[in-house]
Amino acid sequence: MEDLTKNLEISNLKIGAVNIDAAEMCSFKLNALIRDLVKRGFKEFNLHNVSGQRYIGAGLSGNIVFKVHGIPGNDLGIFMNGPNMYVYGNVQDGCGNTMNDGLIVVYGNAGDVVGYSMRGGKIFIRGDVGYRAGIHMKGYRTAPALVIGGRAGDFLGEYMAGGVILLLGLDENAQREVKFAGTGMHGGVIYVRGEITHFGKGAKREKINENDLQLIHKLAKQFCALFNFDFDKVMEQEFIKIVPVSHRPYGKLYT
Amino acid sequence: MKTYHLPEYIVKRNVKRCNKCKLCIEQCTYGVHYYDEKEDCLLSRDEDCVNCQRCVVFCPKHAIIIKKNPLSYRKNYHWTNEAITTVKKQAETGSAILTGMGCDKPNLTYWDKLLLNASQVTNPSIDPLREPIEIRTYLGKKSKQVELALNGGEVVLETRLAPQLCLETPIMFAAMSYGAVSLNVHEALARAAVECGTYFNCGEGGLHPSLYRYEGHLIVQVASGRFGVHPEYLNAGAAIEIKIGQGAKPGIGGHLPGEKVGEEIAKMRMIPVGTDALSPAPHHDIYSIEDLKQLVYALKEATGYAKPVAVKIAAVHNVAAIASGIARSGADIIVIDGVRGATGAAPKVIRDNIGIPIEFALAVVDERLRNEGVRNEVSIVASGSIRSSADVVKAIALGADAVYIGTAALVAMGCTLCQRCYTGKCPWGIATADHEISKRLNPEDASRRLINLLNAWSIEIKEMLGGMGINSIESLRGNREQLRGIGLSESELKILNIKPAGE
Repeated sequence: MEDLTKNLEISNLKIGAVNIDAAEMCSFKLNALIRDLVKRGFKEFNLHNVSGQRYIGAGLSGNIVFKVHGIPGNDLGIFMNGPNMYVYGNVQDGCGNTMNDGLIVVYGNAGDVVGYSMRGGKIFIRGDVGYRAGIHMKGYRTAPALVIGGRAGDFLGEYMAGGVILLLGLDENAQREVKFAGTGMHGGVIYVRGEITHFGKGAKREKINENDLQLIHKLAKQFCALFNFDFDKVMEQEFIKIVPVSHRPYGKLYT
Repeated sequence: MKTYHLPEYIVKRNVKRCNKCKLCIEQCTYGVHYYDEKEDCLLSRDEDCVNCQRCVVFCPKHAIIIKKNPLSYRKNYHWTNEAITTVKKQAETGSAILTGMGCDKPNLTYWDKLLLNASQVTNPSIDPLREPIEIRTYLGKKSKQVELALNGGEVVLETRLAPQLCLETPIMFAAMSYGAVSLNVHEALARAAVECGTYFNCGEGGLHPSLYRYEGHLIVQVASGRFGVHPEYLNAGAAIEIKIGQGAKPGIGGHLPGEKVGEEIAKMRMIPVGTDALSPAPHHDIYSIEDLKQLVYALKEATGYAKPVAVKIAAVHNVAAIASGIARSGADIIVIDGVRGATGAAPKVIRDNIGIPIEFALAVVDERLRNEGVRNEVSIVASGSIRSSADVVKAIALGADAVYIGTAALVAMGCTLCQRCYTGKCPWGIATADHEISKRLNPEDASRRLINLLNAWSIEIKEMLGGMGINSIESLRGNREQLRGIGLSESELKILNIKPAGE
């Protein structure tokens, strides 16, 4: 088999972090290289010139750190189980898809279905996200968290079964508010900074309580530390929460 | 509201035989039987009886029989009893009628209209008791050509072969999720798969920790709800199956009623206790063949290209075109589930009206992939309605590489097709998540029944192959010369691409 590591500078391999120039690599080659290096025990990766390569970090477990420069393609961190991933750019669709554990921090915007069926770990997006963010998020005793700094597309938290979504909406100029948030949700909670008026079927708006505020504090603090926002200013505005109307939104549909 | 529909069944008790042991009360999970102290006799609430036959089998005095209620409505071929009852039920509840198992309507079984061939005088038949007949089957992409090289006098294979599943008999256990069926059922299927050298599919509800030891004989499923999907789960599978659809409910998603979602199931699926587990119709990252390809490769990337990826679809009208796309998506196996495929819960109207029989789907998919020169890219697994070894042989002659059995496996373990799986009260301990009821199924005993079934079918398959003068199942695959149609129209024969009997 071709030695994918042969073009890397050996000096790189000796120190902890591996620098990989992804400019001329297709998804498969880049991921094969990463898998190979992970097998050899490397734990820190700086990926440069990333441009649309898919599945980065797919299914990887353990204490690994990725610093991604550029725009990774779809399914970044899919099935990921522990690694921490920092993206200095935007991400495309399916970021954190069915992620089991770990951390994804995006310093730009994210595409559609970010955090699809997330089971654990945390995702922080500095900017906006596309449609159906946090769809099918799950949780059993522990809860995955998705924090969005900007605004979200429609159907935020659709079919949500567990976990926490925090929508901060920090872009004051944003005109459009999320519609159909929480459609068909039967578990979990969506926190929204400010007010929204349009909910999905099966979801309702509620006032937050002390426990909610604690959770919001914790997540917002982490968010502000990561992206350099003024925590006090972020917390100036009120929050609301969206929860399921019932745990069985379709319970009466069938006999 | 007073209910206007009549009880479907009537419980008949022979009071002379009945010794009032009350075993029937204990066995019935629907609470049909009860003891009347004043009269000192056993009575029944007929309207709750589902005709599962549990009490009939277990009554030590054989004092019980269940009969279809003869007090039916006036005979009407169009307005059948079922049609009338359904309207009455819906008028009372305003709900869709839920049902379990596969479509029970007539005229959809084409296996019985296909007849197999045997050798006479010319091309002598083979005696499987004396001569080896190969039924081992490999599922996965087959290389168009292989390159060999000489390395120091030794011949080595240059071509990298795609990962394969190796089946000692061309029969696997179809996807049935933990939640839909009990853990004991999974355990029984797993043990039988190991013993028979085949695979069981754990369905879309995740894999119980106690079953990870069967990983060499396991196919893990990934459905739109992504229940129980994590790297350890994916790596445990000998293959991964993406579930797009299933024959019992094409176009709608999975639905595990809240009644069956207890603590254990909730933990596995990571959803609240008592909630309906919904796997909506689409995967929200798949809206095209290109997107499907993306998930196929995401799964391959996550598992290091070490295992085949299957895609399961329901047999629908344009199944050939869809299969053609799947064959180009990087998938290694296509699973096609016909209209008679079963389920733990589906709206009845969907189960009974949507999709096409597997026989037609199989024939057109095999034909299309052959014509396009991509048949080697994927193996085809036929599912939905396989009742016997003859159905298996006919499916393979129509173009399948192997089959999945679901209903047949459940029947082997005790299922009587009463179609009430969705209640979670299966008196046979099969389609239940209830701890107590599921104890009724002993995994050791049930796996023995499954092993016996597969062994019996394997012998029969060999007998039929031998009779045709074929000593390897590969020579039967897509071999439609071995099939003839009986009572089929010209166009049906054309689609199946078989000759009528006598020609």
